[in-house]
Amino acid sequence: MSSILNRVELEKRIIELTQAGLPIESRPFKTIADKLGISESAVVAIFDSMKQKGLVRRIGLVPNHYAIGYLFNLMTVWDIEDSDIDQVGKSIGELDFVSHCYQRPRHLPDWPYNFFAMIHGKTEQEANEKMQQIADLVKDSCSQFTALKSCKILKKTGLRI
Amino acid sequence: MLTSFDIRLLNRVQKNFPVCHDPFALIADELAQPKQKVIERLAELKKEGFIRRLGGVLNHKKVGESSLAALKVPSQKLTQVSDMVSQFEEVNHNYLREHEYNLWFVVTAANQEKLEQVLSEIEATSKCALLVLPMLKDYYIDLAFEL
Repeated sequence: MSSILNRVELEKRIIELTQAGLPIESRPFKTIADKLGISESAVVAIFDSMKQKGLVRRIGLVPNHYAIGYLFNLMTVWDIEDSDIDQVGKSIGELDFVSHCYQRPRHLPDWPYNFFAMIHGKTEQEANEKMQQIADLVKDSCSQFTALKSCKILKKTGLRI
Repeated sequence: MLTSFDIRLLNRVQKNFPVCHDPFALIADELAQPKQKVIERLAELKKEGFIRRLGGVLNHKKVGESSLAALKVPSQKLTQVSDMVSQFEEVNHNYLREHEYNLWFVVTAANQEKLEQVLSEIEATSKCALLVLPMLKDYYIDLAFEL
């Protein structure tokens, strides 16, 4: 019983400690382990299991797309036939220039769109061309779509819990 | 400026960071570079702002409740309302976008009740029309994409 509680508590502490990021140094998991007073192997095992359980979507670096030159992120929104949403979602999700895509609720009459896809491009033209590629792909299931250009990032922090 | 090595390095470390005792040694082997070079360059890229962070990307659905939301803010109130929204620690993204609904943000809270409380407070304080757009289903393979 107590070992289960310890495990959950440890996962929480590891998430907290890595929220700002794993250290970029030779033994990154050892640094975390030392802070928690447990072995490096234990931290590695817990990280692995958090990945297996889906608590952690992936482990890797989060690039700053703006700094790297992907200056144009387009949040594209689509009004997709409800019966086609799964099929459309899957095909858009496979496109390599789409970083996230989701089904979200409509709010009629103000908001008719039920599908969101985030597109990244180095130029505005490139981003628009990519949006057009999606439009061609979904033309039979989509009645309208638009893009919401971001003009300013006011706040962006990693997920806090 | 980023070199082609930098791009290769960033692409490699975006996904499947090895979870083991010496992850950078494995990455260095794959890229046929000395480990020290890999570590030093990544540390520099972090310092120069090309990397936000290295670590686990949490699955929002499993660690709390979150929702995308948007407000229709009149231009004369934009600074005031956007500052108010950013001040909530539950708000982790807040963007201005070109649309009638011009302020877009993500709220993440420990549970549904707290999430709804933050959203109602934002709606009441701003006196603006609010769209609450929680994720119903995600379809993407992974957050990483080829640079």
